[in-house]
Amino acid sequence: MTSALNAILVIVLVMNLFALGTSRIQAAIRIVAGQGALLGVLPLLAHEHLHLAQIFIAVVTVAIKGLVIPAIMMRALRDAQIKREVEPLIGLLPSILLGAMATVFAILLAGQLPLAPQHAGALLVPASVATVLAGFILLTTRFKALNQVLGYLVLENGIFIFGMLLLEAMPLVVEMGVLLDLVVGIFVICIIVNHINRAFASLDTRRLVSLKE
Amino acid sequence: MVWGLVLFPLAVAAIAAALPSNRLRPWLLPVAGVGHAALSACVLARSLAVAAREAVGARPPESDAWLALDPPGRIVLLQISVLFLLCSFYTVGYLQYRQERSNRVFCVCMLTFLSVMSLVISSRQLGVMWVAIEFSTLVTAPLIFYNHTQRSIEATWKYLLVGSVGIAMALLGTFFLAYSSLHVGLESTLSYEELLRQAPQLSKPWLHAAFVLLLVGYGTKMGLAPMHTWKPDAYGEAPGVVGAMLAGGVTNCAFLAVLRVYHICSAAGENAYTSRLLLLMGLLSMATAGLFMVGQRDIKRMLAYSSVEHMGILVLGLGIGGATALFGTLFHVLTNGMTKGVLFLSVGNIHRAFASKSTDQVSGAMRRVPLSGALFLAGFLAITGSPPFGPFISEFSILNGAFNAGRFVIGGAFLLLLLIVFIGMGATVLHAAQGRPPEETGAPETRSAYRDGFLTGAPIVVFMLLVLMLGLYIPAPLNALLHDAVRFLEGKP
Repeated sequence: MTSALNAILVIVLVMNLFALGTSRIQAAIRIVAGQGALLGVLPLLAHEHLHLAQIFIAVVTVAIKGLVIPAIMMRALRDAQIKREVEPLIGLLPSILLGAMATVFAILLAGQLPLAPQHAGALLVPASVATVLAGFILLTTRFKALNQVLGYLVLENGIFIFGMLLLEAMPLVVEMGVLLDLVVGIFVICIIVNHINRAFASLDTRRLVSLKE
Repeated sequence: MVWGLVLFPLAVAAIAAALPSNRLRPWLLPVAGVGHAALSACVLARSLAVAAREAVGARPPESDAWLALDPPGRIVLLQISVLFLLCSFYTVGYLQYRQERSNRVFCVCMLTFLSVMSLVISSRQLGVMWVAIEFSTLVTAPLIFYNHTQRSIEATWKYLLVGSVGIAMALLGTFFLAYSSLHVGLESTLSYEELLRQAPQLSKPWLHAAFVLLLVGYGTKMGLAPMHTWKPDAYGEAPGVVGAMLAGGVTNCAFLAVLRVYHICSAAGENAYTSRLLLLMGLLSMATAGLFMVGQRDIKRMLAYSSVEHMGILVLGLGIGGATALFGTLFHVLTNGMTKGVLFLSVGNIHRAFASKSTDQVSGAMRRVPLSGALFLAGFLAITGSPPFGPFISEFSILNGAFNAGRFVIGGAFLLLLLIVFIGMGATVLHAAQGRPPEETGAPETRSAYRDGFLTGAPIVVFMLLVLMLGLYIPAPLNALLHDAVRFLEGKP
């Protein structure tokens, strides 16, 4: 089980780098959606005893992260009529390198962390840290509103990976609540993105500078 | 009964969504406000009766319940229930001026917001509490966006992005907290009671990391410096009544979350560690607020910085610890919330009367809108800790706690920062409230037909009377609630 789990996590880590390296927003949405859907399958692998509740959670997670959220974002993208992030704060290649450095750092860090013995072999903790960091890189170096939303989603995916360690502590209600928050959050954010686009004729958040001291 | 606090406003929200009349819909808010206040009063009276009978008021409620009130939660419940009740009547008056725009989203969001805040207060499960706090961010975003101007779009965007990322950190912190019990071989859990019971055995490194992340995460929602950047923008662009609900509701709920985490750490014997961080954040927030308040020309942004300052005071009080300071902190939750009601609602009226919120145009508010102007001035005196108002008592208790604990440097810095804020805020407030209105000086002005009305005036008067009452005398039941909460936090049943 652990090897299958680790294989998926490696793919997730590679997807982080792809998301950092693409300038086409549509492609980035697809990558992040794929990452989310892949993570949705994890609960089935992380535990030997499968309950109906876990299968239910996995199905809902895959549906929401893989289908609903990308659909909402694609719609916002179509309304905004833009295709790519033209000039990020740092170039695409440097962001990939930064992402790779973050991954290495995460693996080194996880080696230092005091982990419970049953988690020492799995990649869960380093993958979680690396994905959270990748999310932060996306959030801070991109200026298009939709790309920043993608950064938030990657960040959330990273936290979701850490949640795999704690499946017993998370009641079904909480898991569903977190997913509901995510969907409603993306929905509200995309409405605001749409308004930004109409009011400023651009999705560039650098135009949002009228409020300051 | 506790479920009713969550479900009743939600039911009213459903009615508000279905009701077609734009004129009648706002009246559903007072309906929900009165109902919620009545339910809260029942719940609080019953818990006091139980406490008196068993003489163990500090005992936590049974752990199998999903929703139950703990002693600090009761205080926040009292605060938001009164806040919403008074704000709901004001909202009716406010929305009468905004008949040109549909208020369906506004009303539904306000009502859902009340329900979500009740859920934060009564949840016994840190995961549920997180979900509720995140949801409160989402339902308040449309409220900030209500004016649909470019500036309000910008404010909402920043609010959503900073708030969501901050709150995501809190989720990671919540996971770390659960892992700290898993790591030492205990059954991992997110239940508040379970964690309190396990606290002494929790894995220390994970607990420390969890505390930092949770303080940063929920501190973002509270608006502690340096995570406060969304606050001036959001409070500046939101309608006054929304500002009051944010500054007295959301921030206090987020503070309750910090308080619960603090409680777990304190039960684990980590007071020295948490206290350092809390004191640092508290003083930093107060200093930041003081810095930006001096020379502030926008009266709504000034109130936002005042909120940053008072959130700083709350965590400072926690950081000092001890019975006196904790009493002051919990009391400050009440007094600050009520005074923020006075300030935001009166500034909302002044904004309407002058069609501006910059002191370039706003001056002589006492002449143009005498009631709002006078209340604004009185609210300023109250919030800066002048006797005989409530915040004086709570801030004095915190200061007393600092000196009792021998923390003279902290106490001195606290006093100095209060003074700076008083001077900075005073210059702006006095300019806005006193002096001569623009029509007398012949300065260019933007006219507006607004004058104080009953619905937009009376709730502020009631707020002000409550603030005054809290300063002069604390009713016995409230005193019992506060002391229960202090005993609960100190772990002495």
